[in-house]
Amino acid sequence: MSLYKLELRSVDKAFGDNVVLRDIDLAVKPHEVVCLIGSSGSGKSTLLKCVDLLVPIDAGEIALDGSVITGSGVNPNQVRQDMGIVFQSFNLFPRMKVIDNITIGPRKVHRMDRSQANERARELLEQFGLADKAYEYPDRLSGGQQQRVAIARALASEPGLMLFDEVTSSLDPELVAEVLNVIRALKDDGMTMLIATHEMGFARDVADSVLFLDGGLILEQGPPSEIFSNPRQPRTREFLQRIIEAGRL
Amino acid sequence: MSGPGLEELEGRGPRTLWPRLPRGQREEGARGALIAAVSTVVVFGLIVWVILNSDAWPAVQNQFFNWEHFKASFPLVLRAFWLDVVLFLVGEVLILAFALALAMIRALRGPAFFPLRAIVVAYIDIVRGVPILLLILLLGFGIPALQLPGVPTSPLFWGMAALVISYSAYTAEVYRAGIESVHESQRMSARALGLTQGQALIYVIVPQAIRNVIPALLNGFVSLQKDVALVFVLGIREALREAQIYTASTFNYTSYIVAALLFLLVSVPVARFTDWYTERDRQRKQAVSV
Repeated sequence: MSLYKLELRSVDKAFGDNVVLRDIDLAVKPHEVVCLIGSSGSGKSTLLKCVDLLVPIDAGEIALDGSVITGSGVNPNQVRQDMGIVFQSFNLFPRMKVIDNITIGPRKVHRMDRSQANERARELLEQFGLADKAYEYPDRLSGGQQQRVAIARALASEPGLMLFDEVTSSLDPELVAEVLNVIRALKDDGMTMLIATHEMGFARDVADSVLFLDGGLILEQGPPSEIFSNPRQPRTREFLQRIIEAGRL
Repeated sequence: MSGPGLEELEGRGPRTLWPRLPRGQREEGARGALIAAVSTVVVFGLIVWVILNSDAWPAVQNQFFNWEHFKASFPLVLRAFWLDVVLFLVGEVLILAFALALAMIRALRGPAFFPLRAIVVAYIDIVRGVPILLLILLLGFGIPALQLPGVPTSPLFWGMAALVISYSAYTAEVYRAGIESVHESQRMSARALGLTQGQALIYVIVPQAIRNVIPALLNGFVSLQKDVALVFVLGIREALREAQIYTASTFNYTSYIVAALLFLLVSVPVARFTDWYTERDRQRKQAVSV
C-alpha cells in the first residue's frame, strides 16, 4: 500500500506551443483534501483532466495507489473507475433521467444489475436531498441540483478519489452553498479529493493543503492557514489581493 | 450563443408553409388566412384558366391526362407501386442501420482504429462520387453475369443493394454531422465514468446525435422514395417500369402521370411531416432555453 493515494511526478503538458503544466509535483494522501487555486488559465483544469487520463501528459508520470497509470499498457477505462470527476458545466446526459445518469456507470462498466444500481442511486439522491428528482430529466433541475446529480453520478461507482473542476463557477450565487455542503459532507466521510476552485473561503475551510498554480507552475503550497494568511510568493499575494478586492474571501 | 434573428425569436420565421403564430397575432392570423385563401384561388384560377384555354391544351390533355388511359393504367401501375413501397421501406431500415454503423466507426478515435476509419472514409468518398444509376447497372447486371456460386442473381436483390450502398454513404455523413454536433464535454463525461468509446457513443452521443438530425434523415427518406424507381432499368416491374410498358403499347403518357401521382402521394406527406417536426423541435428547444 502506497503512502499516497495520488502522486504526480514532474508532469508536463502543452497544447501546441502553449505550455499549460510545467514540472508539476503533487502528492495527495488518503483522506486528504487538496485545493488548487489560481487564476483562470493557470492549468488547474488541465491538471485534473490529466489525472483522470482525459488529457494525455507529455512528460513525467502519475501514480494512483502507488502504481503508475500514465505508462503504456494501462487501460484508462479501468483507471477511471477508481476516480470520479465533476465538471464546471455539469455535463449531465440530457436524454437520460436523473437516475439513469447516475446508474449508467455502474450498469455498463461494473455490470451491476439495474435494481441494485437504482437502489444505490436512490441512496445517493436521498443523501443529497434530491430523492424526488430521480425520474426527472436534467433540464428540469436548477443548476445546483444538476451539479449535485453530477456529483452523485461520479460517486456511483464508489471511487477512491474525487476530482472537482470549479464545480460552482457556473452556478448562481445562491446555489453555490448547496453544492459546497455536499463536498464538505464527503470530506467528513473521509473521501480523498483534489479540488480546483475559485471559492477561497471554501478552500480555506475544507482543504488540508492548498496549491497555488500560476502559469502552469506550482508556485506555492502549504496548509490553508499559511497560504491565505501568510503567502510567501509575491504572485500569490497579488492573486489573493485581487480575490479580496472582489469580495470573494 | 449564436444569435437567432428577431424573426425566428418571435416565431414568425418563414420556416413552414403555415407558421404557427403566437397568441397575440392569432386574430391577425385569421385575417391573413383569408387573404391567403382568396389570393390563392385567384392566382391558381388564373393559371388554370390560361392553360385550359390555350391552343395546345387538347393535345396535352389527350397525351398526359386522358381519363380512359388513366382508368386502364391505374390498376397496373398501382399494383407495381407496392414493390416500390416495399423497396423504400425495407431499404430505409437497412440504410439507417448500416449508415449508423459507418458513422460510429468513423467517430472512433485513436490510432488503433485508423484502418477502420480509413476504410469507411474511402467507402463514403467513392460511393458518393459514383452516379447511383451506374451503381444499379453495375451491380444489377454485372454481378449476376459473373454467375458466382452462392451469390444471388436476382436483379431485385442487387438493385436494392445498390440503393442501400449509395444511400448509406450519404446518410452516414448526416449521422456524422449529428455526432459532431454533440458537445465534446458529453463524450468526456462519459469516458470519465469509465465507459469505453463504443459505450459512450451508443449510450450517450448517438441518442443525442440522432435527435439533432431527424429532419435531415427524413429528407433523405423522401429522396429515397422516388429513387427506388431507378431499379426499373434492371427490368424490375415496379411502377415506373409498368407505366413505361403501358406507354410503349399505347403511345399515351397518362400512365406516367399515374406513377407520378402515386410517388407524390407518399412523398408529400413525409415532406410536410418533416417540416412540422422541425418546427416543433425548434419550439421545444426555445421553450427550454427561455
